[in-house]
Amino acid sequence: MHKKDFPIFEKHSDLIYLDSAATSLKPKSVINAVTDYLSHASTNISRGLYPLAEATTERFEAVRKQTALFLNADPTEIIFTGGTTQAINTVARLLESKVDTDSEILVTTMEHHSNFLPWKELALRKGCTFSLLLLTTSGEISLDALRSAIHPHTKILALSFVSNVLGTINPISEITSIAKEINKDIIVIVDAAQAAGHIPLDMKALNVDFLAFSAHKMFGSTGLGVLYGKKEILETLSPVDFGGGMVQDACAVKPEYKALPTCFEAGTPDIASVFALGAAITYITALGIENIRTHEKELVSYAIENLKKIFGNHITILGPTDLEKRGGVLSFTLNGIHPHDIAHIVGEQGICVRAGEHCTAPLHKSLGLSATTRISFSVYNETKDIDRLIEALKEAQKILLK
Amino acid sequence: MSLYQDVILDHYRNPRNQGELKHPTHTGSALNPTCGDQLQMDIIMENGIIKEIGFSGAGCAISQASASLLTEEVLGKRSEEVLALSPQDILKLLGVTLSPARLKCGLLSLETLKKALSSK
Repeated sequence: MHKKDFPIFEKHSDLIYLDSAATSLKPKSVINAVTDYLSHASTNISRGLYPLAEATTERFEAVRKQTALFLNADPTEIIFTGGTTQAINTVARLLESKVDTDSEILVTTMEHHSNFLPWKELALRKGCTFSLLLLTTSGEISLDALRSAIHPHTKILALSFVSNVLGTINPISEITSIAKEINKDIIVIVDAAQAAGHIPLDMKALNVDFLAFSAHKMFGSTGLGVLYGKKEILETLSPVDFGGGMVQDACAVKPEYKALPTCFEAGTPDIASVFALGAAITYITALGIENIRTHEKELVSYAIENLKKIFGNHITILGPTDLEKRGGVLSFTLNGIHPHDIAHIVGEQGICVRAGEHCTAPLHKSLGLSATTRISFSVYNETKDIDRLIEALKEAQKILLK
Repeated sequence: MSLYQDVILDHYRNPRNQGELKHPTHTGSALNPTCGDQLQMDIIMENGIIKEIGFSGAGCAISQASASLLTEEVLGKRSEEVLALSPQDILKLLGVTLSPARLKCGLLSLETLKKALSSK
């Protein structure tokens, strides 16, 4: 669809990249934003009083505004972090004062380790209950099950928007309504790593309290994440990271910190990656998020149809069958062939897929699987990529099956 | 050169010494956390010599072939000789070079076997 925007294909013209859920490829405009800053404007933000640094600060805050617009949020609600993992770990530390031994933290079985371990560890630290919401056989959240899993003492609900293995798109706004109906003080945290850049994200419509994603999975650079936090909640929390840039009065007996969101951003951020994020959002907006979604849905539909046609009952595709409930991620198992061997053999033919448990041990355990093969799509993929994959999978069968 | 050479494919398709032993004197298991593969090795030692050996568990072609090749190699050997085996010896058995990502698959068998020998 938009291969020409991605310079990697100039060097690797035959590359079939089906691993965008791990990290997306980068368009030229994003690469330019990074090199331009590093080459011509490499100054720090906030403190410099000379024109170059002032321009960098201005540009930095402009990306914050752009990100806020992208999420239908307020710029004071946008905190830049090191990535989704760091963002969720930060939230887990920020919320430490909100839970005690009588509290419950609820997460789902489909969570990536980065939205699982920080909560399990918080529960261990505070001695509170850590509960798992099990999924339906099609890998979805049952709203009835959710209703009975949330109690008045459930203080935190953490879940992903789009599963990085099943591809399931969770109905976040419905989930939030149900959760808040039962407990109006529940804090809902959404891991949107596989949603950002693939489906629209509207904080007002979703009514979540926190939402995190990584820039590098949506055409940006590594080392940067975005943490959205609802203003009313952020205002009740105290910083957990301390240092330069975030303090108002460091000499006071009890130091005073700056206003939102600066008080949650200690130290020099990854400025180059923030500019890359700005370019990435511009790129996504120009393509149109709805067009991206439609394109990925078509690829998933084509992949499911053809994989089933060719491999019949030898292939098991995980996740919902309803395409409306699926993002651009598709995991499968092929009878008699270990995912590592699949990934290796197709990899030798220039096809990049992912094999393993994809940082979702609880999900794989619940499915009784040790590993799966995952393919994931983006704007540079075409149906012929899937045709090439199918040929390579046939080759793998030929090599490995008796 | 493809990783999937005849020796590896032969041992993957027709594994030697596969299956748990009924009354092992030694047993050990190990896990490869990147792919979730698990391997178990059962041994019957007699007079300090490996008299019988069996491996079980699921895994990729590399880890399975490596286990099969290794069990064949160590049958009849003394415990000290087996404990002295190095990763390089396993690669020699497999006859290929492995990338860092696949090295764990290839060496899981040796790790499991050494664990088994150290068990009581």
